[in-house]
Amino acid sequence: MSHMQAKGKLADLLFFNLTRTVAFITLSLLGGIVISLTWSAWPSIEKFGLGFLTSSAWNPPAEDFGALVPIYGTIVTSLIALAIALPISFGIALFLTEMAPTWLRRPLGIAIELLAGIPSIVYGIWGLLVFAPFFGQHVQPLIAKTLGKLPVVGSLFSGPSLGIGILAAGIILAIMIIPFIASVMRDVFELVPPMLKESCYGLGGTTWETVSKVVLPYTRVGVIGGVMLGLGRALGETMAVTFVIGNASLLGNFSLFMPGNSITSALANEFAEASPGLYTAALVELGLILFFITFVVLSLSKLLLLSMEKQNGGSAH
Amino acid sequence: MNLKLRRKLTNVVALGLSLAAMAFGLFWLIWILWMVFEQGIGALSFDLLVHDTPAPGNVGGLRNAIFGSVIMVGLAMLIATPVAILAGIYLAEYGRRTLLGRVTRFVNDILLSAPSIVIGLFVYAIYVSQVGKFSGLSGAVALALLVIPVVVRTTEDMLVLVPNTLREAAFALGAPKWKVIIMVTLRSAKTGVITGILLALARISGETAPLLFTALSNQFWSTDLSEPMANLPVTIFKYAMSPFADWQQLAWAGVFIITMGVLFLNILARVVFRQQSANH
Repeated sequence: MSHMQAKGKLADLLFFNLTRTVAFITLSLLGGIVISLTWSAWPSIEKFGLGFLTSSAWNPPAEDFGALVPIYGTIVTSLIALAIALPISFGIALFLTEMAPTWLRRPLGIAIELLAGIPSIVYGIWGLLVFAPFFGQHVQPLIAKTLGKLPVVGSLFSGPSLGIGILAAGIILAIMIIPFIASVMRDVFELVPPMLKESCYGLGGTTWETVSKVVLPYTRVGVIGGVMLGLGRALGETMAVTFVIGNASLLGNFSLFMPGNSITSALANEFAEASPGLYTAALVELGLILFFITFVVLSLSKLLLLSMEKQNGGSAH
Repeated sequence: MNLKLRRKLTNVVALGLSLAAMAFGLFWLIWILWMVFEQGIGALSFDLLVHDTPAPGNVGGLRNAIFGSVIMVGLAMLIATPVAILAGIYLAEYGRRTLLGRVTRFVNDILLSAPSIVIGLFVYAIYVSQVGKFSGLSGAVALALLVIPVVVRTTEDMLVLVPNTLREAAFALGAPKWKVIIMVTLRSAKTGVITGILLALARISGETAPLLFTALSNQFWSTDLSEPMANLPVTIFKYAMSPFADWQQLAWAGVFIITMGVLFLNILARVVFRQQSANH
């Protein structure tokens, strides 16, 4: 008996250490990514220093590189996506939690979740072959005629209607992140205790008053976390952007109609053809910058969602 | 009276806008799925399965790309699943409140949403650039790294849901902890863990970005894992961006196959999970 107990103890110790080692390996992936990317990008970091972030040069033959154009493209497309996706997702979440008849909530919710699972390359090919031609022929001329005539903002909507470009990439990204943000918002809205909502209704509040005065204040932190999660997705998205952004490493003017480049599209298009050495190192440094930006955004989102769950006495996550 | 009217009006307008948002969201998504069906079914043929990717203007199919995708995705699942389940066990059974557990949980959630293109770059930096060439194996490793966070997360979540009374009953019978975990806890969370594996499978089936720096692609039939390997997503990327109509048609066929596969896996995961919840 004691022999068996000893064997059991040994097996326990082995199993515990096995799982702990594996957990530690998962954890060290993050460090591994930062170290190996820094290592690979070192020639570029060493040569350009902080100037890499502010230079708009991208000249492979002359080995002169700067990250400004792709960073600008990444941030602007993501902001356009967020500006469109935020109100729409909020409307969808509101519809799913407060408005839709109960029998419709489940199927619509599942549809939204399934759509969040569709690979981004599907959005990309649709964007390039279906949306961009339509957008360039019918929508862009309309925008140029209306918004393009306004003072100051007009310059954002000027130039040729090519279809592809920064604006088109932002719109495709928006369509892609709507299901993400909408389903997080719906989950957060469902955390509101029914008692609170019913109290508001009991006082004679309308649905909108309940949402704006009870649900939103109660879920504010979680909603922001969900939005940041969507932003993280948008910043790091590759295929949906690469297909439609136009891949031009120039920063001629600030018109959203112009083709541009994002960090991910520069990597996707140029990496396989880049010569080893400084060119590859500069591309890896772009990847490192992207990782840094998304890390900050995702950490914030995670912390916000965590505190939302804590507030509700949720599990230890 | 005036105030009441205004409140009612605000409510109607807000709810109307919410309905419009739902319609707006569904409009795009139906449009996309409709095009995938229309273009995809038109491009389907038996040739897809028996011919390799062609030069422009020739008859061809996607045989090598489908084969390469299946091999790399399968290998990635084989590498990642055991690792991820063990890590999930640690988080749920040993490390719920330890520092290592907390930090790993946080980092895992970050990796879950980290851009897949960065994972591709990482594998390029530690593997492809050291060996000196693109290979199918490196593609499988990159995909495996994308599977791990998903399966870790779901395994942990499912194990935490297992009631403690079940564990205590097994301990009371004198079973050692590892036996309790493997034969009682993990077993009662089995369907949940399988759901996670299916979701991870769905996620990597359509991943394109990390394969660009690892497996690259291959125009020809190749089963050698140390050579660049054809795969559906990169082939779709290349063919859709090309100016040739027949290549674009093959890309639509590939998109149709991937979309159907991913939707099927997602629905299957839901069905499996529903059964688990029904049992409890």
